[in-house]
Amino acid sequence: MPLAFLRLDLEYAKRGYARYAAYPAATLAGLFTNTVFGFMRAFILLALFEGGGEIGGYDRAATVTYAWLTQGLAATIFIWGWQDLGLRIRTGDIATDLIRPVHPLRAGLAFDVGRSLCHAIFRGVPPVVIGSLVFGITTPSGPAVWLAFGLSCGLAIVVSYAFRAIYNVASFWLLDWRGTTILAITAANFFSGFVIPVAFFPLPLEAIARATPFPAMLQVPVDIFVGRVAGAEVVAALASQLAWAILLLLAATWLFDRGVRRLVVQGG
Amino acid sequence: MGEPLESAGLFLRLSAARIRAQLQYRTSFALQTVGMFLISFLDFAAILVIFANVPQLGGWSVSEVALLYAISSLAFSLTDLAIGHLDYLPQLIRDGSFDLLLVRPRGTLFQVVTQDFQIRRIGKVAQSLMVLGYALATLDVIWTPDRVALLIATIPAGALIFASIWVAAICIVFWTTEGNEAANAVTYGGTFFAQYPINIYDRWLRRFLAYLIPTAFVAYFPCLYILGKADPLGLPVWLQVSSPLVALAAALAAGLIWRTAVRHYQSAGG
Amino acid sequence: MALVDVQDLRKEFVVRRGSGLRRERVVVRAVDGITFAIESGSIVGYIGPNGAGKSTTVKMLTGILVPSGGRVSVAGFVPSKQRTKLAARIGVMFGQRVQLWWDLPLIESFELLRHIYRVPAERFRQNLDMLGAALELGPFLRTPVRQLSLGQRIRGELTAAMLHEPDILFLDEPTIGLDVVARQRVRELLLRANRERGLTVLLTSHDLVDIERLCSRILVIDHGHLVYDGGLETLKERYGTERVLVVDLEEPRPPLDVEGARVIKVDGPRQWIAFERERTNAARLTAQVAALAPLRDLTLQEPDIEDVVRRIYAEGATGSAGRSSTA
Repeated sequence: MPLAFLRLDLEYAKRGYARYAAYPAATLAGLFTNTVFGFMRAFILLALFEGGGEIGGYDRAATVTYAWLTQGLAATIFIWGWQDLGLRIRTGDIATDLIRPVHPLRAGLAFDVGRSLCHAIFRGVPPVVIGSLVFGITTPSGPAVWLAFGLSCGLAIVVSYAFRAIYNVASFWLLDWRGTTILAITAANFFSGFVIPVAFFPLPLEAIARATPFPAMLQVPVDIFVGRVAGAEVVAALASQLAWAILLLLAATWLFDRGVRRLVVQGG
Repeated sequence: MGEPLESAGLFLRLSAARIRAQLQYRTSFALQTVGMFLISFLDFAAILVIFANVPQLGGWSVSEVALLYAISSLAFSLTDLAIGHLDYLPQLIRDGSFDLLLVRPRGTLFQVVTQDFQIRRIGKVAQSLMVLGYALATLDVIWTPDRVALLIATIPAGALIFASIWVAAICIVFWTTEGNEAANAVTYGGTFFAQYPINIYDRWLRRFLAYLIPTAFVAYFPCLYILGKADPLGLPVWLQVSSPLVALAAALAAGLIWRTAVRHYQSAGG
Repeated sequence: MALVDVQDLRKEFVVRRGSGLRRERVVVRAVDGITFAIESGSIVGYIGPNGAGKSTTVKMLTGILVPSGGRVSVAGFVPSKQRTKLAARIGVMFGQRVQLWWDLPLIESFELLRHIYRVPAERFRQNLDMLGAALELGPFLRTPVRQLSLGQRIRGELTAAMLHEPDILFLDEPTIGLDVVARQRVRELLLRANRERGLTVLLTSHDLVDIERLCSRILVIDHGHLVYDGGLETLKERYGTERVLVVDLEEPRPPLDVEGARVIKVDGPRQWIAFERERTNAARLTAQVAALAPLRDLTLQEPDIEDVVRRIYAEGATGSAGRSSTA
């Protein structure tokens, strides 16, 4: 029964994979850009460790690992701009999704999982490999850490998807989706720890970041990978990611359903 | 585009029409511009976070890096304001709109960039100016006339360099419309690169992103001269004042690349 | 010299087929040696199945594409070499593509086009008045383009293509999305411009009424070849070989069995009998029918252009008539 239930999600995920795998040139172009940025960020962050030492639990090696890992994960988890759902809402195509016997957000999530697999393979792993060949990176200390990292990435994808769904759903109400999107992406970029590790933030800023769902999208899996978060802390970190995933999914669904009601009542 | 002045007039007219159209949604416009203004500070915040942890980066103080950042960012935001719509070129090619630009008696590049004009991008210009203000206020520079002149000349030169990079790089989509993300490596990537002192990068990354793609001339070299700072890389001093010339050369090269690319499109596209 | 002169025009594309590493290069001949000339002041229909090479030809005529071979001259210019000079003399409207500025009110788009084409203010005002009245643009002139309905936008696009008084108009599906009244207005506008200032039009359309009402000459293209060039009547004779005799009998009958023809529809006492020109003729058929059942009335339906064009679009033209072309 549970398998039959997931069968549909699996089919959506396959399509999600196929859609992105169908554009190899785009993937290659994205990988190229990811890698160039990886080099820049690695050198900038290395300049912080000219005198050696440690910042917020990160040493030189962990920081280089962070630079390349975030480069790969950002593509996999997709913290950048996404307007697929918002576009369907604005064009009215969403109506065709509503007559199907599956909630559009669930279909979207399954689709996004497929996408993330494609991006993990073609845009996630290669920069990390390049980084490890050129700079050398630290790897998890054992299979348990690898497992926790994998779980954490999976949860990060769900949190990221739910967050993207929320700013897309805003298209039901807002004419100005561009501004909202830019705002959402920039906040996600900064507070997820993509620009600079959250642990490097001065205390008040770090406290603000930790109170948002953004670190759960990127910083948490990286912290687990480099061993900054270890032991029992890993369980707590995963639990907080799970909590954010559920909370944001519920919020996205609630907003979406209200948007649909508005659409139905007011006729768009 | 044989008549640059007339084209400039047309550009202004187009922009004015856009601003009028966008001002009809006054709240939305205000929100977007203020939002853009605020979020661009998160961009600068990364630099402040770095200096919250270390006193110097590659031998540059926070005010010095702020000057690099401000000049590079101001140049880029002006470029973005003027020709940011180039990002939509792949879309124009895919949906066939580019063909419509080819049947009008004007240059294609001019027509592409005038397809849209988002005034919210002014928010980023304002933020860059504020960082510039911060840098100038905290720096200890003796303002000789040559330094003032170089600072003033550097902004348009930097904008022209970025614009040239953007135009040249986006041409990749005339061969493959999926290639636009690769262009980001040198456009957005080049801007990011130029916001930090280039001596912190590895030698071959510098060769690619500082000299071949001449971003070092946007902020790094002029800043050395303005700050009276010895070049950590030990390069000749005349490089520090050559940005305007480099900008003209870059613009020429970009124009040639664009023409070649459009010609390729006309023989292979469709 | 003809306004449009096309000699042995060719266009080849290199297409990569397959995926991954085993991709092979295939040369596709989209346009394969086309020759025709259009005199100033004519309205020419350009038809053929999808993928036949219609839009490739139009792109070469307008300077968007560089030909692989042959010669083109439009209004005395070589389009691919003198594109911007030619641009001032031609007007183009490509079906679903938007040439108006999406975010601006319609009138602002027109104003901008005035400057792009350097139309004197007075001429511009006259042209806009004329076009605005003909196409009833008044009610939505100040509406941003993105808020226009498809029909309104198409009317705006047509205006945009005609504001600078081009000598020749290239129109791709100019009446798509319009209601019957608006369609009629567009046709009247084109005919009037043709009559009054000798506007030349090259038109592709799936709307057969457009072609029937507007075009004095039709070019049919298929597989990159020009397979027909001539008038409407000859086209009907050539491709529309089947005519229909509609007979009203005294009383309902089962389908009649007549030699050289077949009953395609029965409705009470009325029957539709289709026959081919080569196998029988209307007189012989009428006599046959009258011998089988008492007749009250009869009418003869000539093949209409709709059937002809539908067949050309659906089956391709070469299938039924070979590749000979009448120049």
